[in-house]
Formats: sequence, C-alpha cells, structure tokens
Amino acid sequence: MAEALLTLEGVHTYIGQYHILQGVDFTVPRGTMTVLLGRNGAGKTTTLRTIMGLWKPSRGKVIFDGAEIGGRATPDIALAGIAYVPESMGVFADLTVRENMVLAAQKGAPDAARLEWIFGFFPALKRFWTHPAGVLSGGQKQMLSIARAVVEPRRLILIDEPTKGIAPAIIENMIRAFTELKRDETTILLVEQNFRFAQALGDWAVVMDDGRIVHRETMAELSADTATQTRLLGLSLETHG
Amino acid sequence: MVRSDYLPLLLVPALAFLALPLIGNPTTWVTLTIAALAMGMMIFVISSGLTLVFGLMDVLNFGHGAFIAIGAYLAMTTLLPMAGWMQADSLTLNLAALGLAMLVAMAGTGLLGWAFERVIIMPVYGQHLKQILITTGGLIVAEQLIHVFWGGDQKPMALPTALRGAITIGDVAIEKFRLLAVAIGLVVFFAMSLILNRTKLGLLIRAGVENGEMVEALGYRIRRLFVAVFVAGSALAGLGGTMWALYRETLTAGIGSEVIVLVFIVIIIGGLGSVGGCFLGAILVAQMANYTGYLAPKVALASNILLMVIILMWRPQGLYPVAKR
Amino acid sequence: MINAVLSGDLPRSRVLSAALVVILVVLASAPFIFDGAQAINTSAKICVFIVLVASYDLLLGYTGIVSFAHTMFYGIGGYGVGLALYGWGATWSSAATGLVLALAAGIVLALVIGLFSLRVRAIFYAMVTLAVASAFAILAGQLSDITGGEDGRSFRVPELLRPGFRLIDAPVLGTQITGRVIAYYIVFVSALVLFLAGLRIVNSPFGRVLQAIRENDFRAEALGYRTVYYRTAANCLAAGMAVLAGALNALWLRYTGPDTTLSFAIMLDILLMVVIGGMGTMYGAVLGATLFIVAQNYLQKLMGTASKATEALPLLPNLLHPDRWLLWLGILFVLSVYFFPTGIVGKLRQRRG
Repeated sequence: MAEALLTLEGVHTYIGQYHILQGVDFTVPRGTMTVLLGRNGAGKTTTLRTIMGLWKPSRGKVIFDGAEIGGRATPDIALAGIAYVPESMGVFADLTVRENMVLAAQKGAPDAARLEWIFGFFPALKRFWTHPAGVLSGGQKQMLSIARAVVEPRRLILIDEPTKGIAPAIIENMIRAFTELKRDETTILLVEQNFRFAQALGDWAVVMDDGRIVHRETMAELSADTATQTRLLGLSLETHG
Repeated sequence: MVRSDYLPLLLVPALAFLALPLIGNPTTWVTLTIAALAMGMMIFVISSGLTLVFGLMDVLNFGHGAFIAIGAYLAMTTLLPMAGWMQADSLTLNLAALGLAMLVAMAGTGLLGWAFERVIIMPVYGQHLKQILITTGGLIVAEQLIHVFWGGDQKPMALPTALRGAITIGDVAIEKFRLLAVAIGLVVFFAMSLILNRTKLGLLIRAGVENGEMVEALGYRIRRLFVAVFVAGSALAGLGGTMWALYRETLTAGIGSEVIVLVFIVIIIGGLGSVGGCFLGAILVAQMANYTGYLAPKVALASNILLMVIILMWRPQGLYPVAKR
Repeated sequence: MINAVLSGDLPRSRVLSAALVVILVVLASAPFIFDGAQAINTSAKICVFIVLVASYDLLLGYTGIVSFAHTMFYGIGGYGVGLALYGWGATWSSAATGLVLALAAGIVLALVIGLFSLRVRAIFYAMVTLAVASAFAILAGQLSDITGGEDGRSFRVPELLRPGFRLIDAPVLGTQITGRVIAYYIVFVSALVLFLAGLRIVNSPFGRVLQAIRENDFRAEALGYRTVYYRTAANCLAAGMAVLAGALNALWLRYTGPDTTLSFAIMLDILLMVVIGGMGTMYGAVLGATLFIVAQNYLQKLMGTASKATEALPLLPNLLHPDRWLLWLGILFVLSVYFFPTGIVGKLRQRRG
C-alpha cells in the first residue's frame, strides 16, 4: 500500500455537547481516492470538517504529510495544500464565477491553461464566467465549487457529497474530471452516499458508523462483498439497480 | 454591489415627489432635498463601516456612537490651534485645516477602533447577548471619558470662512457646507465601491460577508480582514462625526447617541451587511427626516420608524438582503 | 410556607438570604426608621426599581432578549397615571382608568414590536427597540400640549396620599401617619407582590420554557415550542410589569416627565442593575437595584469629597468628579459581563455550592 498522506489517530470531536467523532482512525494513501461511506449522521461531514480545522478535535491526532495539523487554524490547513468542497458548496453567490475562481487561486491569477482544462469538464463555468454565481443552477454551483478546489494543484482534496441532487449528465462529467485528477496523482477524500459513483472512482472504501470507522478495504473488495454492503450501508435495493 | 434589482432605487424619487405637493413651494422642496442628500451622505459615511462589520463577523457594535463623538472632539481639538487657517478668507487654507482635522479624527478613531476590537469585542465573539452588553458598556465608558477630557459643556464647532453661508442658484439657496458633505460622501461611496468590486481585498470582504467559513477554507485569515474592516469602519465614524458636528456647528458628548438611532434604522432598512443598501437607506432616512422636519417637526424621528416598518413589511430582510450561507 | 411564597426558588446562599432579609426589613419599616425626605425617597425608588429591574431580567436573563425599550414601558405607566390624574382630577377612578389604559397600550405595543421583530435575531430586536424607544422619548418631549413636554407634569394625587392627610391624629412609634406614609406602603406592598409574582412566573412551566429557548432556541423549536410565541409573551409580561412600576413611581413622585421615566440614562441604569445583581436570578434585581441606588445617592457624595481632596493633581479630580460616577459603573459593568456574568447573586450561590 502506498505511503499515507493523511492519517487520523483516535480523533474525538464534540459539537457543542454532542460527542460526534468517538475515536476515528484511518489513513488516506497518497495518490489515491479514498471514499468515506456510511449512513446519515455517522460523522462523515464532521470528519471532513475536523480535518479542515472547522471543528477542533478534542483528542487524537490529524497528521498531514508528517505534520500534526489537528487544532490548527483553517487558513493554515488550507495553505498546507488541502482544498475543501463542502456539502453546501460554499459558492459566493454575490461574486461572479470569475471572482470565485480568483479567490480560490492562492498564487495570484488563475493559470489560463489550467482554466481551459477545467472548462473542458465544466463548460457552463465558461459560459457564466462574468455572471454572479448566485444565478447558477445547483449542478453548476457544484461544478464551480469543485473547480475552485482544483484551480491550482492541491495535495489533498476533501469533497462532501458532490452528487447530491445533481443531474446524471453532470455526474458523468464529474466522474471524468475526477478520473483525470487521479491520473495527476491528486489525493482525494470523498464522502459519498451514491455507491455507484463511489464505486466508479474509489480505490479505498472506509465505512463509518456512530462516529467510528467500522470497516476498511479496497473498493474492489467491497464491491464484491454484498453482505458487508447490506450490513454496513443498508445498500440492498436503491443503489443496486 | 447593487445588481439587477433596481426597484428600491425608485424609492428616492418616489419619496421626493410624494413630498413635493405636501411642501408646496418648489424652492423649499429643492433646498430640503439637497439638505437631505447632504445629511444622507453623512449618515452613510457613519453607517457603512458598521454594516460591513456586522456582515463580516456578525458583530454589532453598540458603541459605534462613541467613535462618532470622539472623532468630532478630536477634530475640534485639532482645529483649535488652526484658528488662523479657519478664519482666513482662502478656500485652500480652510479646506487644508478641515482636511487635517478630519485626518486626525480618522486616525484617532481608527486606532481606538483597533483597541476596542482587541479589548472589548474579541473576548465575546459569537455571543450576541454579551456583545450587545459589552459594547453598550464600552459606549458608557467612552462617553464618560469624553466628559473627563473635554468637559461636559456644549462646544462651538464653527465652519471655516469660505464654507459659511450659501450660494444661490436662481431662487434656491444651497448651503456651501452641504455641498462639501455631498462631495465627501460620494468620494467615500465610490472609493468603497471600487475597493469592494475591483480589489482582491474587496472580493474577500464581500465573500466573507456571505460565508466567512469558506473564505477561511480557501486559505485566508478572516480575522485580519475583520480587524481591518473594523478599524476602517471606526475611522469612517470619526470622519462622519466630524462632518456632523460641523453641520450642527456645535458639539456635545451626546452627539453619538443622537445619530446612532438613525444609523441603526439605516442599516436595518438597507439590509444588514449591504453597503449599497446602506447608501440607499441613508438617503431615504435623511429625506424623511428633512421633509417631516419641515412639515411636522415633532414627529420627525417617529416618521423614520414608520419608514422602517413599511420597508420591512415589503422586504423583511431590508432593501438589499445579503445572501447568507 | 416560605417555600410556597418564593415559588420554591430559595436564595440558596446564607449571605444572600441575610442581605435579602435586611433589605426587606429596612424597606418595610423605612418610614419609621428614617427621618427626612431623602432616605424615604431612596427607599421608594428602590421598591420601584426592584420591580422594573426584575421585569427586565425576565427578558434579558431568562429569555435572552436585549431590549432597549424597557424605559418606554416604564414611561407609559408613569404618563398613563400621571396624565390621567392631571387631566381628569385627583381621584382614584382617574388613576385606575389611566393605569388600565397604560397597561393596554404597553402590552399592545410590546405585542406589536415582538411579533414584528422577535422572529429575527437578538441583535435586530435590540436595534429596533432602541429606535422605537428613542422616537417615543422624543415624541413625549415634543407633544407638550399633552405631556407637558420636557418639563413634564406635576399633578395632585387622591386625598388619601397627600402629605397633609393624617390617618390618625397621634403619631405611631414616633411617626405621623401621613398620606406620604400611606403612599409609601402602597408602593412597597405593590412592589413586593409584583416581585413575588415575577418569581412565580420564572419558576412556572412557562418560565422553564423561556430558559430552554434562551439556552438553545433551535432545540426548543424542535421540541415543538413556538419560540416566537413564548418570546412575545415574555415581552408582553415584562412590559406590563414595567408599566406598573412606572405607575407606582408616578404616584410616589406626583410628577411625570421624560427625565424620570424615558431617558436613555435610566435604560443604562437598569442594564447595570441587572448585570451587577445577576442576570437570570430574580434576587439579582433586588440586590442590583438596592446597591445601585444607594451608591447613586451616597457614593456620589464620597466622590465629591475625593475630587476636592485631589484638586491639585491633573485629571484625577475630573475622574473622581461626582458626575463621573457612571464612568466607574460602566467599567464595573464591562468587567462584570466578562468575569461575573452571573453577577453578585451568582457569585454568592457559587461560594455555597
């Protein structure tokens, strides 16, 4: 197995009085896509937010490329090379698509060639380049949010449920984009409920339940293991069509 | 800042033309309308920082009135030794003296804002109730300190020679200082629009107003941004306070509390966090204040409450609601 | 028995109990133990402010709402009774009519402001109430035909309450039972009853819902409580109590005007009293109001002496000038919000626990 880029060791996170993460341990190997699966409320989003520093872990370690980042300020974590695509997409509606991309680029203006590459997957962004992001449809906002995360090469991208409520055609484009990114050796940690999407892209599957990691194996193994799927994910009817 | 939604802009001419038949005399109407523009600009200068600070960090500084007053007092103190320049019959010297006084006022209140943010506001982030209490406490202390340093009696704040009186165009007399106030207000508005729309700092502020967490996740320290906006907002309050005192030609420690009520109404009807809404709201409030001040002076402030109620019934989040995450 | 009177909310601290007993005994016997107008005026003012501060605490401490309009309701009570006695003659029926009208006006106004702005956030409500209260104060000062303007109105009270009235000819325990003494006891007994009523409200199921909303309004909403309804109800109750306090104050002073009821300075005084006494404890209102008003009357004299004594030094006499006592209270206020958010009562109770 490839060397770990990100490692969580016994991470506990509280939100107010609620104990959400109760000792999360897993690793994300360099250059792969790891998919975090699990039921609603299992703690997947909290895990991403804890990595990003948006919630502070009360115990445990978050190690990114050999350095402990648990409890550090969010901007520092972002500058260390982690990009975040939240479930709510976090698009700035009052800013234009261009302005959204400008803010996402940490090293001055976005690179023209890189933008063309992004427009290849998400042509709508080019069309609405000078429009306020607020006028975009839900799917287009998701494209923009992902585009912001990849406007410059990042070492790790955290993506929270990008396919939620998105039309199948756009999901196809996403799959293409992520496949390209994987070819670039970008490491991705994806939270996903859509098992087919996860299956198409993931190298590793990590399953959460009740604030803990309950299962970890390669995506290929999990795909073959319908018993585990049913037991841990409740996947029997809806996604296996 | 103001995109595609032009409907609220029509309120200004609508209010003006509604007032015309009530006032009757067109000359008086023009004078009042220009007075309203001048007053609106001053209120805008005072309010703009407050609304941005709120939008960016969800912090409402009830002590903002203290900056208005302290700015005015600093300007007055600066003007004392420059009496010669102020009384000289030279517009250049007059404006130089005023400019210097305004700069001192802004620098002083900006610095004070920085200290206020560190000492008063930082410890109570995210706790609205304590924030209101603490900043109100800060207001009490600051107003009392004005008494300690400058005494409690009313101070004269004379206009420089060249800005006294009015110029007459046809039948209409326009007070010179009001023209200056409009000019300063417009400069502040356009400078702010330029910064907010054309610079990365401005983009970050606008993005932060909408979703501060995402700005942090993109790698920017929103706290620094906030401190910068807070200091700028305090400095603008100091500038606005100076203008207001010159406009009233007198100065008391209560000057801040006097204006702050109008300021709150302005930022509520503008939409908390919206600079464009604040600009429009300031003009509307000043129009209402001037028209009713002429027609029925006793209910001037009450009429602005009515304006606020009507606007909030139309748009509960204000004229230009800020999109929140 | 005591438990029932205090609605089960005992002081829970020996020092606090002792302080409360002393305050109660002194206030109850004030006309008999003090000579001179100042002490008795101070006692009456304390009684009135205990009600006013307790009703404000119902909003701030128990419901988590910051209102800057509490003096407006206080003023409505004062003007209601005062203008009725002034305009319709010094009879009990005009006082009662004025009071009923003031209560109705206050509660309706509180209802409207509440429904209008309580759905949004605490900050919004604070701003709206500040604006409305300022407009109201200016209006009261301007409409001089009705309100007497900035000068206010002095008026006559019913016969029974006048200084010249004697209940019995002989003095009792060395004190002549004049109309003023009767007026004092009306104020005292009303204040006591209203305070105990406030204690009952905060310890009722309704009061507990308010506290749940204060702690976590999303959760309270999720549990099925209509938070707007509860907040508005608390707002109306607090407004009603403030109206009554204003009426008592007017009866005692035989005067009503903007400075004694509507001014922003009084609003700040109330805030200081609640926070220093202890937010979210009715007893805090008693301690806060008593300490503040005693300090206001006597500390200022002390500061005057200190200011004179330091005359030769720079700045210090200015800082110690009796008019600057708000400066020191303001600093105390800021410090107590930071370090003792539960105020004196909270500290006393903590020590015991």
